[in-house]
Amino acid sequence: MSGGVNTTALVIFVFFFVLVAVVGFAAARWRRAESMLHLNEWGLGGRSFGTFVTWFLLGGDLYTAYTFIAVPALIFGVGAQGFFAVPYTIIAYPLIFVFMARLWSVSHVHGYVTPADFVRGRFGSKTLATVVALTGILATMPYIALQLVGIQVVLDVMGVGGSSSSSWIVQDLPLFIAFALLAAYTYTSGLRAPALIAFIKDALIYLVIIVAIIYIPIKLGGFGHIFDAAEKHLSSTNPATHKPFGSIIPATADSQWAFGTLALGSAMALFMYPHSITGILASRSRNVIRRNASIMPAYSFMLALLALLGFMAIAAPGVLGAVAKAGKNAQLSVPLLFDSMFPDWFTGVAFAAIGIGALVPAAIMSIAASNLFTRNIYKEFFRPDATPREETRVSQTVSLLVKLGALMFVLFMDKSFAINLQLLGGIWILQTFPSIVFGLYTRWFHRWALVAGWAVAMGYGTWAAYGVEAPGKPGSHFGGSIAPIPFIGGSWYIALTGFVMNVLIAVILTLILKALKAPEGKDETKPPEYDADAEEPGVKDLPEPAAP
Amino acid sequence: MSDKPPGWSAARVIAVAVLLIAPFVGTLWVSSYSRTEPAFIGLPFFYWYLLVWVIVSALCTGLAYVLTMRVERQRHAWRRARAAQPPQGEGDGA
Repeated sequence: MSGGVNTTALVIFVFFFVLVAVVGFAAARWRRAESMLHLNEWGLGGRSFGTFVTWFLLGGDLYTAYTFIAVPALIFGVGAQGFFAVPYTIIAYPLIFVFMARLWSVSHVHGYVTPADFVRGRFGSKTLATVVALTGILATMPYIALQLVGIQVVLDVMGVGGSSSSSWIVQDLPLFIAFALLAAYTYTSGLRAPALIAFIKDALIYLVIIVAIIYIPIKLGGFGHIFDAAEKHLSSTNPATHKPFGSIIPATADSQWAFGTLALGSAMALFMYPHSITGILASRSRNVIRRNASIMPAYSFMLALLALLGFMAIAAPGVLGAVAKAGKNAQLSVPLLFDSMFPDWFTGVAFAAIGIGALVPAAIMSIAASNLFTRNIYKEFFRPDATPREETRVSQTVSLLVKLGALMFVLFMDKSFAINLQLLGGIWILQTFPSIVFGLYTRWFHRWALVAGWAVAMGYGTWAAYGVEAPGKPGSHFGGSIAPIPFIGGSWYIALTGFVMNVLIAVILTLILKALKAPEGKDETKPPEYDADAEEPGVKDLPEPAAP
Repeated sequence: MSDKPPGWSAARVIAVAVLLIAPFVGTLWVSSYSRTEPAFIGLPFFYWYLLVWVIVSALCTGLAYVLTMRVERQRHAWRRARAAQPPQGEGDGA
């Protein structure tokens, strides 16, 4: 904990990291993943694995620093509000079930590999496609930042530099190590990450989850006792805000609206991210997406139990005090809980699971974002006839820049709750929803109206998020993701408020532009292409994007 | 064979729609379940209610998948059969 280095835990942590790096490197030589499209575990679902293995691998994809660190930290800090992640993961799957099969079909007829490809073909608009690509790259950065925070906090609790030091370089040392690890991992094996790494990673993660959600509640005297302790703490007055810390149920209308809109906005945003779309498109057929969407909800159950670790951290003796001592960084709550509950060697295993569970998705995200840049911006505007070699080089550079961007988000954003990093990404990425999802069903919207709706919503969302102060820190910025709706009030997730504005503007401007007979652009898709399935005429495998 | 792909019956559309919309109503109507009582094994109502919805929503999506696949298989077979026919110089050429 504070002060000394937990040597046993650190040795085991390093052991697993080296193991994953070596296995990744060796396996990459033995059998290289065919393309970037197959890196993501959604993509693996389309290949020769049976249903159980598919289920195993897909589930592992869910357990990133978001589930292990950020969600429990929010529950630790404010209580019930953080549990929005559960309805979020419940409703994300019906959405994927409905929308993504159509995107799969049209993409496999026309060879689209990114959301921007589709938007360009559907609306005949380079501007709209560029806007969608740039939003994807921007929104991915804070999401990667959240993964960096996940690695940072476990290093911190093991005593590698961190919050207990007074010098800022030593304080931020875990963050810089996390960044270096990510860059090195992406460079060596992350880009060819074979299924083998996914197996090690997921086995480790499941082991830790199962132990954590069974062993800790028993050791703390059951859920009744945990919730009693949580309620007592959350209803006490926070000296920084002179209000209660939070509550164990969302009791006010405002907090219920915030809870519901956070869940809905996050679910709608989830599959707009470049890495999710690339992975989903790599499925073998449109109905594999649906099958996966119907077996996945079982995972939300474990996610919910992991979220409750936040309450357990409140109830566990010593954790509240240790978090307060380490600069009130709520993200330390789960690592500190593990550290106080588990023997040192298992703490090492658990921290390795969290660390690798953050590393792999962060690598996939940064590759997806850099491929988006290479394909939809670099080749589109700068070098249409770039050689594959050149594409690879550009992708590598951009991938590093994206990670540097993520590092900036960690350094300069408010640190009260890391989940706000992911929620900020959601505010941005959700504004591409009308162009992509409405575009799957109708060409009614005018391309310029969609650009205008996006621009206003991006501007509003960024401005509104900038204006949110962190609890107890007057004058701070980007301290939360909930704000009143302009002229109406209440408290909504900013992403959803922006989305409503976006749609309203798109509808009104479409009516005006149609009345003015503004040029609509060419639509290269045809209605039957949205229902086509594998092994049908016209449906082909997707081209391989540059895989550095 | 018929000129149009096998379609969705109204009953099937409604059934699938209800199965896919139910989780939204069940989880986003927060005021309907935002209370602590009755508790179950120490978990306040709010928490175990959402845990139950995790299971119910999995069943809903699973059933929707089964209902959807029947039509998808028929359509798939229809499209392949049509593609195998000699061209007649009409149709949308998809």
